[in-house]
Amino acid sequence: MIAEIGRFLIALALLACVAQTILAWIGANKGGKGGKGAMADAGRAASEIAVLAGGAAMLLLILSFVRSDFSIAYVAANSHVDKPLAYKIAGAWGGHEGSMLLWCWILALFGMGLAKIGPLNSALRSRSVSFQGLLQSLFFAFLAFASNPFERVSPAPIQGSDLNPILQDPALVIHPPMLYIGYVGLSTAFAIAAAGLVQKSNGRELAGALRPWALGAWTSLTAGIALGAWWAYYELGWGGWWFWDPVENASFMPWLLGAALIHSAIATEKRGAFPGWTVFLALLAYILSILGAFLVRSGVITSVHAFALDPERGVWILGMLGVSAVAGFTLFAFRATSLGEGDGFEPDSREAFIGANNLFLAAAAGVVLVGTLMPLFVDALGLPTLSVGAPYYNMSATPLMMAAVILMPLAPFLPWTNGGAKPALKQLGAAFILLPVAVVTGAFISFGAPVLAVVGAALGAWALAGAVMDAVRTLPSLAVRSAQIAAAGRTIAHAGVGLIALGAAADASRPVDQNVALAEGESVTVGGYELTLEGVRGIEGPNYIGDRARLLINGGEGGVIEPERRFYVAADQTTREVALRAGLAGELYVSVGEARVRENGVTAFEVRGAYHPLVWMLSLGAIFIVLGGLTALYARIASGAPRREGKAQAIAEAAE
Amino acid sequence: MKALVLALALSVQQVPATELPPAEEARAQELMREIKCMVCSGESILDSNAPMALDMRRFVREQVALGQDDDALRQALVDRFGHEVLLRPPLDGRTIILWLTPFLLVAFGGALLLNSMKRKRVKA
Repeated sequence: MIAEIGRFLIALALLACVAQTILAWIGANKGGKGGKGAMADAGRAASEIAVLAGGAAMLLLILSFVRSDFSIAYVAANSHVDKPLAYKIAGAWGGHEGSMLLWCWILALFGMGLAKIGPLNSALRSRSVSFQGLLQSLFFAFLAFASNPFERVSPAPIQGSDLNPILQDPALVIHPPMLYIGYVGLSTAFAIAAAGLVQKSNGRELAGALRPWALGAWTSLTAGIALGAWWAYYELGWGGWWFWDPVENASFMPWLLGAALIHSAIATEKRGAFPGWTVFLALLAYILSILGAFLVRSGVITSVHAFALDPERGVWILGMLGVSAVAGFTLFAFRATSLGEGDGFEPDSREAFIGANNLFLAAAAGVVLVGTLMPLFVDALGLPTLSVGAPYYNMSATPLMMAAVILMPLAPFLPWTNGGAKPALKQLGAAFILLPVAVVTGAFISFGAPVLAVVGAALGAWALAGAVMDAVRTLPSLAVRSAQIAAAGRTIAHAGVGLIALGAAADASRPVDQNVALAEGESVTVGGYELTLEGVRGIEGPNYIGDRARLLINGGEGGVIEPERRFYVAADQTTREVALRAGLAGELYVSVGEARVRENGVTAFEVRGAYHPLVWMLSLGAIFIVLGGLTALYARIASGAPRREGKAQAIAEAAE
Repeated sequence: MKALVLALALSVQQVPATELPPAEEARAQELMREIKCMVCSGESILDSNAPMALDMRRFVREQVALGQDDDALRQALVDRFGHEVLLRPPLDGRTIILWLTPFLLVAFGGALLLNSMKRKRVKA
């Protein structure tokens, strides 16, 4: 019965989204009183129904997981009675259909958000609710017709086939929701931009309207990507956190464009610079989000992170991609001129630096796009296939991102429009900054770090010191509290970029990973620690069995470290549970692999030992960027200016 | 029962260990970093734990121990598996766009930026 109600709710949500699209559109027209009439209100009500229906469907799906209702195909494919409760719940978004339901529901939530606290101009708001409704309708239709999570299976299996065991992990419980809020949140920027083009809105107004939405989405996307990288680091068992793998690239492209967007929107809102570019980015960022969904889910590429593959669905997603892209870019082609043109500016102005930062970030996104799609094109043309992997991106995208980091600490000190590099450099206190840069660079060179890592470390120190100077000089000089909070957000986020650069550089200079077979009593040395295998014993968990190795640590504080190798019986999969020993200087990383019998009959276990210096800086940097984004968002809300205007408007409306 | 499953799961195989001196091991790992594990999805053989990656790692170590130079080793792998085995795409007709992309994008974007910079403005 639950499944049938679930199907009904999805159909209801789809209808509500279609109604939202039509009603809000009519409501935005003059006849509909430019977003203030009954039609616009009806559009908002429809968006609320979509949220309620989608949310209820989500709850029913979770309930089906908790009850282990294997008559539902999706539950049977992704759960098991022995699975811990938290992972049963997370299973609701662990596979394709369920994660698509979550995606749809978040889209609807953003639609309701736009209707309630969207752009202040009511016609623009209603129009953007309509566009958001169109995007919702596309995805709910996909859910209802090609990815229904409530599809029955008959006869119902007695037992489920379990969630992919590497997904049974705490970080993976919150990773997809964060990532989706990011991906899907960019839809609001798309909807506002498209609505603005229809309304012939001014570029500055549009940039101001879409900036907080883009900022919120991008911040969440950052958190989602960081969680994914962290998970890969400790769960996949070899200590990498970024592989330039196609699925990571799929999330990284919208991230890079989102980063460009939240900066260019500042220049557009405050100074009217780059209005066309800002709107174009707002459209493109969401298009690339859908492209990412297509790449990940269609099966055209394979990846360590791709868990739901089906070519037929690929055609659906490609269709949605086509509709969104054609609608967005056609509007842009015909209406971009109405956005207005920015005034010029000096090369040493803040606009110029934000523009150059956008240039490098967008070029990096372009490089990642071409690199990700190239193997597909080459294959489609019938040429001998090739791979585009980390070595390519490290030579192309990484230098472009480094260029953006070079500019980053300078921009906050530069005046708008007329510029002035000299006073800015004086304010920045070049001497204060060069010292940490020199010290860090010297340290990395003396440790024999590779060239790219030395450059990365120097840039990290430069960014971090620059952010500190920004905080020291700018914050006290600002009189308005909201401006102070906004500047604080900027310095926190920029410091986070510096920390990530430093952490990445340190990790790239780590000692050679050891991958050896150890018999009991044998040892291996890595990063100044000697690891001796004391023994391996069998273990039994709720839904797995496995081996637990015990290794004595000689060096540092000593002690023991116990990595595991698990075999998930129902899923028929083996995983490595890494053991970590964190410290301020670095982290010891040990995983254990299969047993081998040597020629002399002794059993040896494959042990991977690695030492990751300063790896905590990566996590801390990501936390800083997210905190910085949230702070800037809070500043926007606390600034009061737009809201006060809104309140005045609301009062005026009530008085009518 | 579980013990039986365990015994089956933790496959026991015979692998002779090839130990390399540190300098050669570093070179071998540098090579492995740019060689794709053919049964995996985009991972290098240095990173993968698949049995095939194990075999390919052993092959690389053997060749390095024999003093084979980098290009010849890569060529041997390409002959066997095709260009897909190299994670760093070679510079040839198919990949020229790939290597030109960063320059083209920066040149194009730079021109746009200069254009918007030079627009008329009111001197403050």
